[in-house]
Amino acid sequence: MLNVKQLSGGYDPKKPIIKDISFKVEKGQFVGILGPNGSGKSTLIKVISGILAETSGSVLIDGKNRKDYSTKELARKMAVLPQLHAHAFSHSVRETVSIGRYPHQNSWFQTWSKDDEEAVATAMDQTGITQYTDQQLDFLSGGEQQRAFVAQALAQQADLLLLDEPTNHLDIEHQRKLMDMIRHEVVYHDLTVISIFHDMNLASLYCDQLILLENGQISSIGEPHEVLKEKHVMEVYHTKVSSYPHPVMPKPQVTLIPDFQEEGQASMTITSKQIKVKDEFVELQTMFPLKTISSAVHNAGFGWFQSFINRSVDKNYMCENAHEELKQYLEKHGFSPSNTVAMMTAVASKHVVIREYSSQVGSIVVAVTAGVGNAVDVSQAYKRVETTHVGTINTWVFVNGTLTDESFMQAMITATEAKVKALAVENIQDNISNTTATGTSTDSVLIAATQNGPFFEYAGTITGIGKLIGRGVFETTRIALQDYKRAKGVL
Amino acid sequence: MRKIVVGYIVAIFILLLSIWLGISVGSVKVPLSTLWDTEADEMATNILWNIRMPRVLLAGLVGAALAIAGAAFQGLLKNPLADPYTLGVSSGASVGAVMTLFFNISAPILGIFTLPTFSMVGAMLSLFAVIGFAKLVDRTMKMETLILTGIIMSSFLSAVISLMIALTGEELRQIISWLMGSVSMRGWPYVKMVWPFILIGALMLWFNRRELNAMLFGEERAKYLGVNVKRSKLMLLLGGSMLTGSAVAVSGTIGFIGLVVPHMTRLLFGADHRHLLPLSFINGASLLIVCDLVARIIIAPTELPIGVITSFIGAPVFAYIFFRQRRTKGA
Repeated sequence: MLNVKQLSGGYDPKKPIIKDISFKVEKGQFVGILGPNGSGKSTLIKVISGILAETSGSVLIDGKNRKDYSTKELARKMAVLPQLHAHAFSHSVRETVSIGRYPHQNSWFQTWSKDDEEAVATAMDQTGITQYTDQQLDFLSGGEQQRAFVAQALAQQADLLLLDEPTNHLDIEHQRKLMDMIRHEVVYHDLTVISIFHDMNLASLYCDQLILLENGQISSIGEPHEVLKEKHVMEVYHTKVSSYPHPVMPKPQVTLIPDFQEEGQASMTITSKQIKVKDEFVELQTMFPLKTISSAVHNAGFGWFQSFINRSVDKNYMCENAHEELKQYLEKHGFSPSNTVAMMTAVASKHVVIREYSSQVGSIVVAVTAGVGNAVDVSQAYKRVETTHVGTINTWVFVNGTLTDESFMQAMITATEAKVKALAVENIQDNISNTTATGTSTDSVLIAATQNGPFFEYAGTITGIGKLIGRGVFETTRIALQDYKRAKGVL
Repeated sequence: MRKIVVGYIVAIFILLLSIWLGISVGSVKVPLSTLWDTEADEMATNILWNIRMPRVLLAGLVGAALAIAGAAFQGLLKNPLADPYTLGVSSGASVGAVMTLFFNISAPILGIFTLPTFSMVGAMLSLFAVIGFAKLVDRTMKMETLILTGIIMSSFLSAVISLMIALTGEELRQIISWLMGSVSMRGWPYVKMVWPFILIGALMLWFNRRELNAMLFGEERAKYLGVNVKRSKLMLLLGGSMLTGSAVAVSGTIGFIGLVVPHMTRLLFGADHRHLLPLSFINGASLLIVCDLVARIIIAPTELPIGVITSFIGAPVFAYIFFRQRRTKGA
């Protein structure tokens, strides 16, 4: 569809802004152009579309050099939408869209045909502005105006659409509507789109291919996951970024990391004394949010939290919607639900075991509540029909240090292995299979790190921090289990 | 669509009404029947055909020319305050006309068209100078920049005219009255002198009506729509200068017609140039015929210069548009 060959050009022929740009776009593709301010994004669009002259190279549209098209022919092949604003005179929406039919009309006489009428109606329908037909453009919101401009470009019925930041100044609802609509045209009507984006994440969600420009040259080109690599983006934008998968879509997202550091955060350490044992729950409140991964009831998964609650409930606690009940409980006790991780246990809060461990690599705090009335041997669990007893081992590990995603996951494994070993040593039995239990059916683990201080790339069992976690969880869990046995009168 | 049809019908009706009033009202009442009644009073026939009719037609032509030129300038420059008068184009045309009149230039090939031709050249030169300078000041050509440049141009050209008048030592009253704008005592030669230019100029604008619509979205977008922007711009500037030049040549500087008429028309029927241009043409004719009538009878037997009347209407409208633009832009 579009073949850009070694294209250079700009405002001044002696100083080309874009240099030696080559890429191909197939029919029915959506290509996003990214790049810092002044990297030549708009200039590239202008040189491709012929508003600015190329100093070298060529642009082929459907195999034919752009220069060999007449202006109107070109306008039927390629619609370009620069950044537009409503102007001094107001047009109705219909008039605005109708102007898109200009290249299809005879120069001298009015020739408004059925095709024109249909194209305008379709374009308005696609962009969802049919209900504004007779309204004046300047009475519409920015998003609606932008849709009218896009409708004007669609009414040109060109196969190739070039857009310059179409979502500029739009809120996310209008961004989504506009991009969904364009994506729909790309997928179902084989429209080919090249669009400049300011927002990398939006481009990643909607584009098949991305082009990252730097100083007028292509820095990288490819599918979003190939272009939006942390290293690429950091080099081009001179900004620390972190890339992560979109929670729902199989597309990468990029977020910046501020250079600005607040004072005082560096001196924060978690100690066992900070964990308070209340009547109904065990609680830790921190000055700064901790990066956390957990299988807790409330706010499981990765997140940043300042309050950590392990709530004791009656062993007959039954609730249809434990999540909602727990949330209300947190609110009632003055915790912000979005800033709190909470677990539940049938073990009384006074039975919590809290211990601190340290070595030359750093320090951790471990807190465990253990109830094993529901102990299960994981290898025999398939023989069970249902759980009948209460009993949960809740394990908290607070690390004074910085963990990577990898070490967070390894810390989970290390803590779990240590717990299993503690159960084996304390000879906790699965009452159904009469084998050694490996846990209970509702165990929770939480790893939280201050994300400052020593850096731990890995947290496997024989790393420095892994050794602390392994030993800490093993010993703490043993004490908690012995305590449980004492309470039950077994010991 | 219906609204537009009504617009045309009403505009034509008003035009016919103003022509009728323009012909019949005055110090001597001339009944309309004089037009076809062969046995009508000789003096009435004389007044009708030799005084009132050419006067009304000239007023109509001048009004139409200024209004359509104003509409095109506004669209092209995306500036609601642009019109031949505020842009200083009328002053440029005046300089051309004054030079022809007072240096008694007569180009042999041009014949009776010498005056409008020089006027048009003056209009064109001043137009290019104003737009060129305004673009130098700021590339986006903000509304105020363009109007200020027009004022600078007008002041300078007025000084040029004053200097020429002082040097020639002619009787001032007549010249000043001409400068204030008037369509009185011109007769048929003047009508014959300008109508071809006005027709050609108006057609040049009309053929670019859809290009004007496209250019409202910016020259860049217009190019992407397949508009030959360079050619259209040149046609519009030439056509506008032609209309202004020929109007000024026969009637002097009559201000604000090109501002008031397109503004009112746009308010009622929208900014679509396919209709804005022809409607402004018709309404401009009607308005100037009526203004001329008022100028004739308001302090009869003395006649006011027509420019006084148009400025009385035009200046407040100018102020209103300026106020509204600034308020809505929040600038």
